[in-house]
Amino acid sequence: MDQQSKNDIALSIRDLSLSYQGNPSALKSISVDIPRHSVTAIIGASGCGKSSLLRCLNRMNDLIDGVQYSGEVLLEEMNVLSAETNVTALRRRVGMVFQRPNPFPKSVFDNVAYGLKLSGVKSQRHREELVEKALRSAALWDEVQYRLDESALQLSQGQQQRLVIARAIALEPDILLLDEPASSLDPISTLRLEELIYELKQTLTIIIVTHNMQQAARVSDFTAFMNQGHLVEFGPTDTIFTRPSMRETEDYITGRYG
Amino acid sequence: MTDQSHQRIHISAQFSRELEGVRDDVLTMGGTVESQITKALDALLDGNSELAEQVIALDSNVNELERSISDQCMRILALRQPAAGDLRLVLAVIKVTTDLERIGDEAAKMGRQAVLLSEIGVQEKIAAQVRDVAVRSITMVKNALDSFARLEVGDALSVILSDDDTDEAYANAREWLLLFAEENPASLRVAMSYLWILKGLERIGDHAANIAEQVIFLTEGVDVRHLDSQNTRDLLS
Repeated sequence: MDQQSKNDIALSIRDLSLSYQGNPSALKSISVDIPRHSVTAIIGASGCGKSSLLRCLNRMNDLIDGVQYSGEVLLEEMNVLSAETNVTALRRRVGMVFQRPNPFPKSVFDNVAYGLKLSGVKSQRHREELVEKALRSAALWDEVQYRLDESALQLSQGQQQRLVIARAIALEPDILLLDEPASSLDPISTLRLEELIYELKQTLTIIIVTHNMQQAARVSDFTAFMNQGHLVEFGPTDTIFTRPSMRETEDYITGRYG
Repeated sequence: MTDQSHQRIHISAQFSRELEGVRDDVLTMGGTVESQITKALDALLDGNSELAEQVIALDSNVNELERSISDQCMRILALRQPAAGDLRLVLAVIKVTTDLERIGDEAAKMGRQAVLLSEIGVQEKIAAQVRDVAVRSITMVKNALDSFARLEVGDALSVILSDDDTDEAYANAREWLLLFAEENPASLRVAMSYLWILKGLERIGDHAANIAEQVIFLTEGVDVRHLDSQNTRDLLS
């Protein structure tokens, strides 16, 4: 791999397999390069392994009993899956946002400032600057700038989800993992979130798991289709949605069986 | 995709029926247009003005089908947001119906010329020239529609490649007609009428080739418009 193409890749997944109790082959030998500063959508039916794959990328699967990996996930020179990896440091570089917004039961400000404090930003003034920057990046500042001391739980679901994204991007991660981030949002909040995803990819790499194929088509530059633990097809989103090369992909995105 | 997956079963039976409905309507429209040009040719060659009037009357059916199919396609795009093969089917159908409607227009024009010429009587020698081009064009339309019905890429390609022969037959017939006009200046108006008809037939061949291009787009996902025959072959190989 030459230097140029190496710089264009945010994350390189090599021959990744995953098993845990009850599912000996959750992921089967997956290899794919995730392009930098772009949005990659992972689509597939329930149980296809898309969330498992996403959770490998910041070691969230470690919490599952009997989990076993093989293969590599390379974030630059670091193998994410290596036993020596500092998982806390990893999760600072690879942030994650879940289906349901999960703000801390604290103020809007503290939700974003919390991670900054933990990662050693001592000056209150500096923290204030970084919180504002993160809230602006998450397209939330205009709505909460006079409500920073209110409880985050007072915000709407859509605002809470953007707050959680602000919390993640305050730490300036390289990669942001989104696991069904719009599944509990109304259509308008969903569109705001999608617009935010578009803005965020200018500075970081986003990997999104979604059941909503139209959403995948709208927000992503690349799409990975998974079926029963296999990566069936990976390619530019417009190709996958107009002329996929695999029949399985075609059947899934057009809603066919047979 | 070389397989014909849009004939496979959709989880949404309603959506399946909508897509099938559009396909069926295109084939109905194709059948109407095909019978329009065949009748137009018969009317012309037999000097049958009654048949020519029928051809002209059929045009409103074709126009109505075009409107109805466009409407169905718009609904499917708005409500179903089709992807992959389904999306290509809808896009191809929109283009195919435009070409079919134009073929219908050409047939109606031919019908109007046939009415005028029926008063003069059929000129056997000229008729032979027209027949040569017409048979090629009508065959192209028929084969293009068959390739759409069966999603046969090979047949669609043959239609596209046969357009050169139709163009050549048209050029020969036109030359013959110009010579005829020079030698028979009194028949200039008649010659002009036939020239219009010949040009219409040549255009019908072009529309048939366009339809065949859409069949290739629909089945293979490849855009072969505006390519020469060698490039088209290369792209499909």
